[in-house]
Amino acid sequence: MCGIVGLLVKKPELRATLGALMVPMLTGMTERGPDSAGLAVYTAPVSRLQHKLSLYSGSNNVDWSQLLGRISKEFAQQHEIAVHGNQAVLTTSAEADSLVAWLKRHATEVAVLSVGQCIDLYKDVGAPADIARRYRFAELEGTHLIGHTRMATESAVTPAHAHPFTAGRDFCLVHNGSLSNPHLVRKHLEPLGIEFETDNDTEAACRFFEWRLREGDDLERAVERGFSQLDGFFTFLMGTDKEMLIVRDAFACKPAVVAETDDYVAIASEFRSLAHLPDIGHATLFEPKPEEIYSWQI
Amino acid sequence: MANMNPVPAAMEFDLARDTLRQLNLHLHRQAAAAGVREVHVRNPDGAHSVACGLDAELDVQIHGHVGYYVAGMNKHASVTVFGNAGPGAAENMMSGRVHVKGFASTAAGASAHGGLLIIDGDASLRCGISLKGGDIVVGGSVGSFSAFMAQAGRIVVCGDAEDALGDSLYEAVIYVRGKVRSLGADARFEPMTDTDRAAVKALLAAAGRSEDPADFRRVASAKSLYHWHADANQEY
Repeated sequence: MCGIVGLLVKKPELRATLGALMVPMLTGMTERGPDSAGLAVYTAPVSRLQHKLSLYSGSNNVDWSQLLGRISKEFAQQHEIAVHGNQAVLTTSAEADSLVAWLKRHATEVAVLSVGQCIDLYKDVGAPADIARRYRFAELEGTHLIGHTRMATESAVTPAHAHPFTAGRDFCLVHNGSLSNPHLVRKHLEPLGIEFETDNDTEAACRFFEWRLREGDDLERAVERGFSQLDGFFTFLMGTDKEMLIVRDAFACKPAVVAETDDYVAIASEFRSLAHLPDIGHATLFEPKPEEIYSWQI
Repeated sequence: MANMNPVPAAMEFDLARDTLRQLNLHLHRQAAAAGVREVHVRNPDGAHSVACGLDAELDVQIHGHVGYYVAGMNKHASVTVFGNAGPGAAENMMSGRVHVKGFASTAAGASAHGGLLIIDGDASLRCGISLKGGDIVVGGSVGSFSAFMAQAGRIVVCGDAEDALGDSLYEAVIYVRGKVRSLGADARFEPMTDTDRAAVKALLAAAGRSEDPADFRRVASAKSLYHWHADANQEY
């Protein structure tokens, strides 16, 4: 069991309240996922030549300004860092792949959680409310958010096993369910040069879809391909810089409710995470049908 | 001797203020004894197990959406949800009446032994799975695998049915008015008899609906799975 939540605001004036609207959604799913929680927020993009990297230090004692100094010495371009405890968002004009490769080799005290022009990613072990406070989720601003509370059933409880999972640029995925063939998927992807960071089943789905996006599929086409490639139970909620998408497997064992108004689209595993939202009494409520793809653009 | 105590007015619980346990304890232990038959529940906000396990002739009216297992194991009581219900609405109901005015999620009426479950909107997948004698009337459509392994009871579907309707049915009977995407293993259409039409008419009337019983088709078990066939080679 896990909890998934997603929120996309349709009006620019609501972007400042995105985090505040989301926090009760995430904490409302605590009973479904008390082990770890995480959230990807999509903000206004950085400039065309820049990227953002979400970095996570866990319990390592990282001197972020010293790390920034080391990065600056190696990469001549401009860098800025915004620190939130053991998480930091590095905005850089360095070439992202080279910087990520350098960090993996020379800054093993931090993990790269996400790379993109819009995405910031936070995830950690512990109760969702603690994590929301730790990273000040209520203050987050942006166009849309993808969140998750995890009750681990198939792999360890660590920050790396927490959702959302990311791959490539500005893509993230959260999952309620379990896949039965993640190792087979992985076996197909690894010879293509795709590297995995964990043994988690959800990571296989995340990397499969991102591979398809790089191969030229749009997200809906990638998901359609997934129906024949990914075996198991899933409600997947995904984000890109432009859209939020939800899909459930043919058996629809894992719940989801969508609430849509003129102001927002909100998704949660259960209605109790939506009950606090403004004007919810007038929202259009529905459950996504099995193997039907629902997506919303920002 | 006339009862000198006036009958108490309807009670009200507000789940924004009162706990679910207070509500359910009251419904289990005190409501019937106190003579309060009508109980209103405000702000359920998707709570689980609202009005579960009732065993008295109460009239519980829930004003909002509920989560998992509303009115589960219901006996004697009438429970009305003025909203949508989460998974397992009225699961294992024994008797009484549960009415969901909105839509119901998966496994509505699962394993119900008796009583009547009415869903005005759609019911999701596995509606009436393993039904054991209860009746279900769905105003909208039902999802895939509805009535899977249903043993006894009747399901009336005023809309359509998705895949594998009535898979591995036993003695339960399904009446469906709209399209059926596919029947499950061993389920088949059968001619409607006068008895079937009378049954549909009575169930629709009990659910307060006005569809014409003549528009419904009967789905029941072909009973080819009732006995083991060594020659079938596990292919049905």
